[in-house]
Amino acid sequence: MSEKSKSIDSKKEFPQDERLQKVSKLKVLLNRPELGALGGSILVFIFFGIVAGDTGMFSAYGTLNFLDVSANLGIIAIAAAMLMIGGEFDLSIGSMIGFAGICIAIPAIYWGWPLWMSIVFAFAMAVLVGYFNGILVVKTGLPSFIVTLAMLFILRGATLAITRLITGRTQVPGLRVLIEDDPIAWLFATDTFKWLFTWLGSMKLIELRTDGTPLATGIPPSVIWFVLLTIVATWILMKTRYGNWIFASGGDKVGATNVGVPVGRVKISLFIGTACAATLFACIQVLDAGSADTMRGTLKELEAIAAAVVGGCLLTGGYGSAIGAAFGALIFGTVSMGIFYTDVDTDWFKVFLGAMMLIAVVFNNYIRRRVTESK
Amino acid sequence: MSEYLVEFNNISKFFGKVIALKDVTMKIKRGEIMCLLGDNGAGKSTLIKTLSGVHRPDEGEIIVEGNKTVFDSPKDALDIGIATVYQDLALVSLMSVTRNFFMGREPQKGIPFLKTFDIEKANEIAANRMGQIGIDVRDPSQAVGTMSGGERQCLAISRAIYFGAKVLILDEPTSALGVHQASVVLKYIVKAASQGLGVILITHNVHHAYPVGNSFTVLNRGKSLGTYSKKDLSREKLLSMMAGGEELDKLEVELKEIDRISKS
Repeated sequence: MSEKSKSIDSKKEFPQDERLQKVSKLKVLLNRPELGALGGSILVFIFFGIVAGDTGMFSAYGTLNFLDVSANLGIIAIAAAMLMIGGEFDLSIGSMIGFAGICIAIPAIYWGWPLWMSIVFAFAMAVLVGYFNGILVVKTGLPSFIVTLAMLFILRGATLAITRLITGRTQVPGLRVLIEDDPIAWLFATDTFKWLFTWLGSMKLIELRTDGTPLATGIPPSVIWFVLLTIVATWILMKTRYGNWIFASGGDKVGATNVGVPVGRVKISLFIGTACAATLFACIQVLDAGSADTMRGTLKELEAIAAAVVGGCLLTGGYGSAIGAAFGALIFGTVSMGIFYTDVDTDWFKVFLGAMMLIAVVFNNYIRRRVTESK
Repeated sequence: MSEYLVEFNNISKFFGKVIALKDVTMKIKRGEIMCLLGDNGAGKSTLIKTLSGVHRPDEGEIIVEGNKTVFDSPKDALDIGIATVYQDLALVSLMSVTRNFFMGREPQKGIPFLKTFDIEKANEIAANRMGQIGIDVRDPSQAVGTMSGGERQCLAISRAIYFGAKVLILDEPTSALGVHQASVVLKYIVKAASQGLGVILITHNVHHAYPVGNSFTVLNRGKSLGTYSKKDLSREKLLSMMAGGEELDKLEVELKEIDRISKS
């Protein structure tokens, strides 16, 4: 064997095949799952650049506004994308957002827990919910669509019932005062790069309030988390063993199991991932608003899945990318905010959302065929 | 050391009242290709699953290199060097050649907790290994879906060998392939055996089995009709054993009868 491999080694690393055409960078790019979402984002920006370029949509304040919306959606879309690549759905993301919100608010307001402890508690509950979703799907072999649809109702119902039982209402306000001295709340509630915006303001490069402070005060925490998550998720998917297992679990469960991939463990961890992403979403929103609402996050699971699909994830699993999902979220966030700057009635937003998804699915189907049948 | 790489002695397997296998014996030497032939329902699948640790035999013993062994799971069989390549090949067509080759056993590099999948090394090994069997992987990051059926089969076999298989169990490796593709795969199987592996080749195609096999075991209705070495067995005899010669003779008689009636 050793002699054989030597003889191969002495040749070029990859023997040249006369059938091999020069594959251009462009062609490689054309086969990437995130291509559609990247192109879509560019189109959306060009569109709003033309239609709403002079309305303030792309001022510092306007930009941060649509980035904030995109980032919030992106946080859950990336987790949803990873789970979809692993071959499963999580329809309970939206309900988990509501549930996590009251898991933070009720202990902090009614039980007198320090805020950091409530946040840790919410994440612990997320791990439990995710684990429960995962173990149920893996052990019963039922479609995750059904299992997590059940969880969607259970969590939303429990959120409403528990909140009303303890507080007599459906909203829990009063969190803002607790953020100040908390050791970890700043992670989810602080604008960053304030110095930059102050400086830009002093140079009169961005809009100012009448009192001379800049209108846009800093990068919202959601954007920082969103960028971090995109990088980490992409690194995991492309560069680690666990990433390969995610693709394998979604691509062919039986085959992956046969070659030793712990498919069950991979899937359970991905369900925990979506529940934790929902909790992160809830943390940021609850601390930003200063209150928890039992209906928070309604329908967010579908937006997250839509963003993942626009970003190139296949509904059948085994294919997709975190960067794609990030761009998918950026498209939705930009359009949902940008539409206010145009003359178009905002009622049309959902029409756009649906049409975008349809186009994405058709386009992604075409890409998949290119990838697997390029012979 | 034992003359045989692995011996399966008097293996029986029952499912409730159904006797799936009864007293099947097979012995494989190093460098030998043993063809396991049988019609549909002969018990081939049950036998493979028993050999590869999916089922536990109800009777009989498995002896690996002279030591009696019991497999509790497919992993036990794999650890000892008995690798099975099933018909579905355990390949994910949307994933790249390299990612498939190392699926579940990815080489890693880097510091603990931040280990990365060493894609460069994996690409190199995968391309080398495929190159050795004469398959130019034009680009190891291309999706397996772009490969031909024969190439995929070779990839699955090559992967099993790379990860230390001593005995290869191949389940119908040529059944879905055209003539040319099948011959590529068969050539590779012979090459693998010549490097000292034992191969159990399961097929119902005598024309594929006869040229490459050293010995032949024919299975019929859960029982072995015996193991024959090539010199004791002509292709025609194998064919007739395989098809259940008597049954074909009977069929011929019946056809004549029908013919006679329709003429009269």
